[in-house]
Amino acid sequence: MIPTPAQVWLIPCLPLLAAGLGAVTPRRGRRLAAAAAILGMLGALVLSGFALCGALAAPSVHAFSNFDWFALGDGAVRLGWLLDPLSALLCAMVSLVGVLIFVFSLGYMDEDPNFTRFFCFLSLFASAMLCVVLANSLLLLFIGWEVMGLASYLLIGFWFHKPAAAAAAKKAFIVTRIGDLGLLLGMVWLYSATGSLLFYDGGRGVLEAGVLGGLAAPGLAGGLAASTGIGLLVFCGAAGKSGQFPLHVWLPDAMEGPTPVSALIHAATMVAAGVFLIARMFPLFSADLALPSVPVHALTVVAGIGAITALLGAAIAVAQQDLKRVLAFSTISQLGYMMLALGVGSWVAAIFHLLTHAFFKALLFLSAGSVIHATHHEQDIRRLGGLRGPMRTTFATFAVGMMALAGVPFLFSGFWSKEAILRAASGWTVSSLPLYAGLAGVVLTAFYMTRLLCGVFGGEARSPAAAHAHESPATITVPLVVLSIGSIGLGFLGTPAWPWLQSQLTGERIPSRPLLEGGGLTVLSIVLVATGLGAGWALYARRGRATAGDKDPLEAAAPGIFAFLGARMKIDEAYAATVGRLCSLSAAFADFLDRRVWGGLVAALGKLGEGAGSLNSGADEAGINAAFDAVTRGLRRTGRAYSKAQTGEAQGYLRALAVAFVVLALLALFGGLR
Amino acid sequence: MSPLHLCLAFSSLLFAVGLTGALSRGSSILVLLGLELMLNAANLNFIAFWRFGPAGSPATGVVFVLFSIAVAAAEAAVGLALIISLYRNQRNIRLPEATRLKG
Repeated sequence: MIPTPAQVWLIPCLPLLAAGLGAVTPRRGRRLAAAAAILGMLGALVLSGFALCGALAAPSVHAFSNFDWFALGDGAVRLGWLLDPLSALLCAMVSLVGVLIFVFSLGYMDEDPNFTRFFCFLSLFASAMLCVVLANSLLLLFIGWEVMGLASYLLIGFWFHKPAAAAAAKKAFIVTRIGDLGLLLGMVWLYSATGSLLFYDGGRGVLEAGVLGGLAAPGLAGGLAASTGIGLLVFCGAAGKSGQFPLHVWLPDAMEGPTPVSALIHAATMVAAGVFLIARMFPLFSADLALPSVPVHALTVVAGIGAITALLGAAIAVAQQDLKRVLAFSTISQLGYMMLALGVGSWVAAIFHLLTHAFFKALLFLSAGSVIHATHHEQDIRRLGGLRGPMRTTFATFAVGMMALAGVPFLFSGFWSKEAILRAASGWTVSSLPLYAGLAGVVLTAFYMTRLLCGVFGGEARSPAAAHAHESPATITVPLVVLSIGSIGLGFLGTPAWPWLQSQLTGERIPSRPLLEGGGLTVLSIVLVATGLGAGWALYARRGRATAGDKDPLEAAAPGIFAFLGARMKIDEAYAATVGRLCSLSAAFADFLDRRVWGGLVAALGKLGEGAGSLNSGADEAGINAAFDAVTRGLRRTGRAYSKAQTGEAQGYLRALAVAFVVLALLALFGGLR
Repeated sequence: MSPLHLCLAFSSLLFAVGLTGALSRGSSILVLLGLELMLNAANLNFIAFWRFGPAGSPATGVVFVLFSIAVAAAEAAVGLALIISLYRNQRNIRLPEATRLKG
């Protein structure tokens, strides 16, 4: 029953079938669409479970199955599927989290009239994501990547009647497209340099030693290697999808979508695809490390951007007032941590954090969704509060997610994966700045999560909606409980004492080390977490705000900084003033050219013709007119008769065209008209 | 029926669906959809004749269709721009009402 690489196409195929079925189901077929989506996802989960067993049995093998997509001239465009522990683990994670979020959506979207459309889009997304993780070809990965972008666009704009949601969907699509342009260019470059886009192909794939050796030679201007350039272009795509610093602006706005979408796409899976892409192509990214004299290594850029994003996201999250936006900036910050881990060379730590983050961030988002569902779409933490009593299950699961994210020691998965990243960063020889950024992020993370927890669940209810909240139904709470078990248990797969995950991913036996390896750093980060939690507790739990109008304690202390962070460091405004302004200026310039320059030219030519015509007509009127008048009168009469046929209806013309064509065809067939 | 005939029958069906759509629907977006379907039927014929017809150069059919798809993309962009300006002029996109060029 273990699928071979040639059979793994079934895994993305099942949700795709469900999406197709959902697309043709009428609106009242709610049960059918939901059942198809959940069954498709369950099938994918079972198959990926078997695939995981198969991959873990031989962790050092990259089992692949390539096939020709289409032949073009003498060559052929080839695609392929890949089954190794990395893809199988991601696949299992995506389908497990997917199933839970689908079940959650049953409860959450219950009252929405477009329930079937929602499940159709969700299945389409899941299918594309599974295609990305299982692809053995950068081209196949790119296809899934773009379908994911489309599904994300459709789902962010699911409530498109809200102008904010429509604008957010457009913004997400365009901003990620900027990154994808880089990825496409990198792909073209890679293909022209190697003639293949397959990752593994029995020695000829682009991630295998024979091909990489040629790519990593310093052959460009300034002594850059081709692999560095390709890596940086691919990183553009990853940065766009994963919300890294210059291109992160779409992710907070994407929270306009329904909460299950935020949990599945904008927290657990799609935004992690950038991290996965770099982990998958890690041999290419690290190929230039052997060259000592290149001006910049691709991974150094990755580490730098990751460190900036980790710190920036955490800092902005401190001053957000919207429940989901806090979580969105926290996602940006955590993705920064993963990029940082990739940059400092530990892709295993990045994937470990990706897996644990997927569980605890999906848990946090779904718990937030439960709160939003119970309070009738109240998301402002100033107007929430006091939910600890009426929503006990949600409070407990949110607290588990919050402690996992903050990195509360030993019990929670986030602690172990964050420790792995910090340890990797401390071992990086190029610079210590990423480590300091990571450590600063740890304090901020613990602080803003405490602020959020106290704001939503602590104190007294600060609005009628919060005061009348009740616990959500079982379809909502059961996925929460399952995810919290994952958020705790998953960490124990990768502790230093039992590095099972690490040895499976690399395919080598990694010796077990003491649990608190690198003692000083671990103690330091535990102290930092405690500082963040303590500060948050002191500021928000002991004397929290009493009414919705009260000022935030931080706002009272430093209004300038708080407003600056609350406005997301004004990055959106800066883009509007630079890139946006440039675009509208160039559009205005083109408009000016069209209307004034070319339009003026045409108008001048017209005037010239008009002048010549009036000169002519003067001669005509006086001279040879009368004879023609009689003729033209006749012509005009016929013309008027003919113009009755000109109804102006485009479809009427088309109809006449079609009928005439059929008549001609019949004549050609039977009338001997050849 | 040979594969060629099957392909041709399928593309005629596609063409008929597209033509019916283009002739019978009022919304200009649906008419544009119908046009695209007819175009794809023609593309399918290109591919079918290239694949099953007398052997030509190895890439003719594919390259022809790739060009045709690129032109169709440009056509869709122009068509959508036309629909937008139609909307701006008459506040809806119904083709039967766009009869301002009546003689």
